[in-house]
Amino acid sequence: MDELVNKRINQVIKGDQDAFEEIVTLFQHRLYHVCYRMLGNPQEAEDIAQEAFVRAYVNIHTYDQKRKFSTWLFRIATNLCIDRIRKKKPDYYLDATVPGTDGLNMYSQIAAAGDLPEEEVERMEAQERVQYEIGRLPEKYRTVIILRYMEELPLQEIGDILELPLGTVKTRVHRGREALRKQLGKM
Amino acid sequence: MNTCQEPVIHLMHAYLDGDISREDEQMLHEHLASCESCKEIMDEMKISALFLKDAAPIEAPEGFVSGVMARLPKEKSQAGFQRLLRRHPLLAAAALFLMLMSATLFSNYSNDQQFSFTKQPNLVVEGETVVVPAGEVVKGDIVVKNGNLRIEGEVDGDVTVIHGSKYMASTAVVTGKSEEIDKVFDWLWYNLKSTVKDIFQPSNGESQDE
Repeated sequence: MDELVNKRINQVIKGDQDAFEEIVTLFQHRLYHVCYRMLGNPQEAEDIAQEAFVRAYVNIHTYDQKRKFSTWLFRIATNLCIDRIRKKKPDYYLDATVPGTDGLNMYSQIAAAGDLPEEEVERMEAQERVQYEIGRLPEKYRTVIILRYMEELPLQEIGDILELPLGTVKTRVHRGREALRKQLGKM
Repeated sequence: MNTCQEPVIHLMHAYLDGDISREDEQMLHEHLASCESCKEIMDEMKISALFLKDAAPIEAPEGFVSGVMARLPKEKSQAGFQRLLRRHPLLAAAALFLMLMSATLFSNYSNDQQFSFTKQPNLVVEGETVVVPAGEVVKGDIVVKNGNLRIEGEVDGDVTVIHGSKYMASTAVVTGKSEEIDKVFDWLWYNLKSTVKDIFQPSNGESQDE
């Protein structure tokens, strides 16, 4: 497959746009899946995954063909997802009081919207629950956990994608695993 | 909480990452067999991993690929042309031929700004106006470029005025066709027609000779 991908990439570099279509077809599901798990929203996942392919196309000449194409593609996509997640974060202070309320601050607002009551979580379908629990993980851990457990990538490759040393990847996988364990309890 | 947790949890992670030495693995198993609280943590970790692995793979929606292709910036025309050549060599050759042909025609159209006309023995020229005097009969075709034509007499042939106007007096007689050409399209058409005529007339002549 790598050989085919590199052949198509050379065609794209020469300016043949149609050759890129095959590359998109080959990687669309994996890339979309990662984006969907990171963002938890189909529209955003589609937008970001498509944007990742567009960026890959525009910057194709910077791709080093001695390395794995999927690693490079995943790097573009995860960076875009992380940017999107950070932008979504509210830029107000959490302990600021909400105007018109008696001492109510943003923490109580977030709690109301973010974490669901236990009964509601219990009623969720399995797939819904997975997405909910991943979404509760801090973004640093979420990324490595998705790549490790849903894409089943080796730790070294995750390090290559996120441009992190292996030790850091391990620490994040451990912390993510720990956080997930605490969230799920005994189930 | 017991005191054994920290180092043991580290071993658990190493075990789950798949990079644990044989001795450490042995040690971990022995410990888990004897320590209830550590075993519970280990089970919870395995369950969470399974929980994620069981998640259904999610596929990109339909139309994803075409969506990407539509968002790509336009490719360099060079590549498009190369692909066209590869796929439809005949069509590409024809297109190239037409392009070059029309290029020469158009350049002629704009460069040919000089006043000129077909020489015929009894024509009179007044400035940029060619006159067919009253009572005279011009035998043959008349073409006037970038000038006017005034016909008072008789023309035994076709009359063509390119980039100019034609004036016919009441006494004027033109036996052939008469046309005025002002637009690019007319000019093209006229050129094509005359080219075709040039190609076919000699062969007609030959066949008449035989």
